[in-house]
Amino acid sequence: MWKAKIIVTYKPGILDPEAKTIQHALGSLGYGNIQDITAGRFFELSLDAGLSQAAAEAQTREICEKILSNPVIQKYSYELSETVL
Amino acid sequence: MKFGIVVFPGSNCDHDTYHVIRKVLGADVFYIWHKETSLRLFDAIILPGGFSYGDYLRVGAVARFSPVMKEIVQYAKEGGPVLGICNGFQILLESGLLPGALIPNEKMRFLCQDVHLKVINHATRFSKQYTEGQVLRMPIAHYSGNYFADDDTLKRLQDQERIALQYCDAEGNVTAAANPNGSKLNIAGIYNEYKNVLGMMPHPERAAEAVLGSEDGLGMFKSLLERN
Repeated sequence: MWKAKIIVTYKPGILDPEAKTIQHALGSLGYGNIQDITAGRFFELSLDAGLSQAAAEAQTREICEKILSNPVIQKYSYELSETVL
Repeated sequence: MKFGIVVFPGSNCDHDTYHVIRKVLGADVFYIWHKETSLRLFDAIILPGGFSYGDYLRVGAVARFSPVMKEIVQYAKEGGPVLGICNGFQILLESGLLPGALIPNEKMRFLCQDVHLKVINHATRFSKQYTEGQVLRMPIAHYSGNYFADDDTLKRLQDQERIALQYCDAEGNVTAAANPNGSKLNIAGIYNEYKNVLGMMPHPERAAEAVLGSEDGLGMFKSLLERN
């Protein structure tokens, strides 16, 4: 079984209102030294073991580009690992 | 003239829009279930507001893969008029029919309030009833109405006169103070290149009867009703 761990975040330069709100909250809790925060979404896909690593990567990328992220505003990264049941 | 209103799971302004077209304008209108695959019968398509698929993942992200969207993309490419209101606008952006994206409001609040809008481009089939620069009052009701596009896209929208509506004050001044959600260039609505597709965050269907406080949205539907 392949496991893809995917993180989707806003691209640099796009003001993320959620991250800004968290940063503001941290500031009022006394963590004024936090310079920047990135917020995002995390996904974990389990792909069947019959796929080659290349095929599993290709499918992960396709899913990220097609639906899990919006390339206009977001970028994604992933880690693929083989797990033994 | 037959209007079609697309119904996704989670649409909730479909009945309001239907009411305005049938009862206020007296025109023919039909619901289109999102699994429909033919739009040949219709002279204009409306994607209504709501929370299609619970807004899961991103607003409009799941709805754009509904079977009907493939037909709507084709319908729009053939020149058919498509109006996306609120969640409908979000779906049009996700589907690529319009450029840019809508992200959560700058202040991370759901906004439900009347806004003023400046009509920028009045000569289209959505806005013939309005005059250039006319100030409209309509409600907004959204959490993700903060329009974003990169600088090249914004410049293209300006150069091609594709900005349809901008948030403004009561006198029509487009100011930062009149921008409720952080949208780039105070954008409340944009056209596609051929101006047969309009996406907008405000709700014209909620401002189409005097008893509801404003009739300013009615012109949008009346414009569509006018024969070209």
